[in-house]
Amino acid sequence: MSNIKNAFAGGKAFIPFITCGDPDIDTTYKVVIEAVNNGADLIELGIPFSDPTAEGPVIQEANIRALSGGITTDKVFDLVRKLRETVTIPLVFMTYANVVFSYGADRFIRTCSEVGIDGLIIPDIPYEEKEEFTPYCDKYDVDLISMIAPTSEDRIAKIAKEAKGFIYVVSSMGVTGTRSSFSNDLSHITEKIREVTDVPCAIGFGISNPEQAEKMASISDGAIVGSAIIKILAQYGKDAPSKVGEFVKSMKDAVRKA
Amino acid sequence: MNKVKKEGRFGIHGGQYIPETLMNAVNELTAAYEHYKNDPEFNRELQELFNEYANRPSRLYFAKKMTEDLGGAKIYLKREDLNHTGAHKVNNVLGQALLAKKMGKTRLIAETGAGQHGVATATAAALMGMECVVFMGEEDTKRQALNVYRMRLLGAEVIPVKTGTATLKDAVSEAMREWTNRVSDTHYCLGSVMGPHPFPTIVRDFQAVISKEIKQQILEKEGRLPDVVMACVGGGSNAIGTFYHFIEDKDVQLIGCEAAGRGVDTFETAATIATGKLGIFHGMKSYFCQDEYGQIAPVYSISAGLDYPGIGPEHAHLHDIGRASYVSVTDDEAVNAFEYLSRTEGIIPAIESSHAVAHALKIAPTMDKDKIIVITISGRGDKDCAAIARYRGENIYE
Repeated sequence: MSNIKNAFAGGKAFIPFITCGDPDIDTTYKVVIEAVNNGADLIELGIPFSDPTAEGPVIQEANIRALSGGITTDKVFDLVRKLRETVTIPLVFMTYANVVFSYGADRFIRTCSEVGIDGLIIPDIPYEEKEEFTPYCDKYDVDLISMIAPTSEDRIAKIAKEAKGFIYVVSSMGVTGTRSSFSNDLSHITEKIREVTDVPCAIGFGISNPEQAEKMASISDGAIVGSAIIKILAQYGKDAPSKVGEFVKSMKDAVRKA
Repeated sequence: MNKVKKEGRFGIHGGQYIPETLMNAVNELTAAYEHYKNDPEFNRELQELFNEYANRPSRLYFAKKMTEDLGGAKIYLKREDLNHTGAHKVNNVLGQALLAKKMGKTRLIAETGAGQHGVATATAAALMGMECVVFMGEEDTKRQALNVYRMRLLGAEVIPVKTGTATLKDAVSEAMREWTNRVSDTHYCLGSVMGPHPFPTIVRDFQAVISKEIKQQILEKEGRLPDVVMACVGGGSNAIGTFYHFIEDKDVQLIGCEAAGRGVDTFETAATIATGKLGIFHGMKSYFCQDEYGQIAPVYSISAGLDYPGIGPEHAHLHDIGRASYVSVTDDEAVNAFEYLSRTEGIIPAIESSHAVAHALKIAPTMDKDKIIVITISGRGDKDCAAIARYRGENIYE
């Protein structure tokens, strides 16, 4: 059992996503600390991938900035070691299957456990392929986070029953990025999930402002926000940490009201 | 051995490494394909499209002058370049478009490298009254401007993809993103034997008509099977189509020709078997050109159609078990072969197919005169003339 449940212990959770190494690793460190100090309950740390097929333009560009800046998987592990000197909230990685696979699944997940990573979100590992990594996740006590989409329908119960850590509910069709409307039956999805499991579920993809975050948290256990934060980083670069801190505070305040 | 297990594996390769959003769409496709592949009416309609519309069966042509010039094995050319739209791509597209239509889909999306798959998809969409959107790397829209115009002429929308290396891999990524955006009315008409299950199987089955015909034709002409069948390999659809009905015939040597670009010892290469390692990308486990941290490499080839950092999972498996061999051919060798076949046989092959011709130029002279080689000419080279002229320093533009 990982540390992830603690993120949801004090009410609705706010979960920011940050691409590691965008624009550089020192800024990522500062952004994470700011997010923690302003109420983030769990942080998704993105390990950049050259071809992030589930991401919209904003996070794709962050991946390119980070990779051009020389980020590597080993440098991300070093970042987490340094963060863990002070940060106690749950941390999960969000990356693509090939990043984990090429490092060696056993070695990657063992290192996750050693440095204090609680879970993995891998959008190109659906239920059917999770055996690729679950043997190592079980071995080292790192949760492989399950995703459920508006198209999951009859797959919801099957996925939710075996879910660990938390369930990532994808708000709408398409890739990551801000949007003005969401799938109509999200509460229907979260209700179906709750019929079969107590594992908390958080909604992500497209949430960019406090109103949306509050609404999504009201029908789930938390809200996940990525592109809106990455936009702040794209705009302010090394000066982004305090701006991200302010944004996280406004979002956490909104989620608390839900 | 070459049978797909129920989860869509070829040995350790293949699988379905895609976002949850797409899982029901691929499951729906799998179910529809399982139903229609043995449906007599579906097969009758497809056969009619192949014969009446696409000009099948394609000829198996004895390249007499080339054979005499090289002085070794007898060379036959499987003329997929004579198909409607000018390449083997139409075989798969007619199959998938018909399947999509039966599934009630009204919109086709596709990726394209050289533009041949995009043109074929736009053609099928026009024929069947479907909407069509083609994603093409911006770099490729420049290299293959004529094909961009053809697609638009056929009524398709062509979206230049500017991300990454702005080539085929980025076009695939963008088509996948678009599919997650809209699955209910849209079929992703994937152009090669790659991506998540069931695509590698579906595309192979529709392309297998190539080897089915070769077998029949060579038995008629020579009364025996060939010693070597060969084809170029990017994702590998014309190659698997060329190999498929010979896989169980152990005496027939199967050779896939990869694009080495400026050489397999340079970074400017797209030779996946020669330089790649096992990975997971674009929905499948297979071999990919990548760095030590699994970042996909920016590959290069003069041929936009072979400029892809991966290879289809069934090829990866045929390589693992040693059933097929994969060789690399450089830009220079391919361009020489492009010019050679044009001059020797009056056939201008696609620069992709020229990679296979180039390898034949190396091996045919070393073989006995009673041996037989079949080379699949996957497409015609009209689209490449301007680019090859520029490669040779002649500044012409389409």
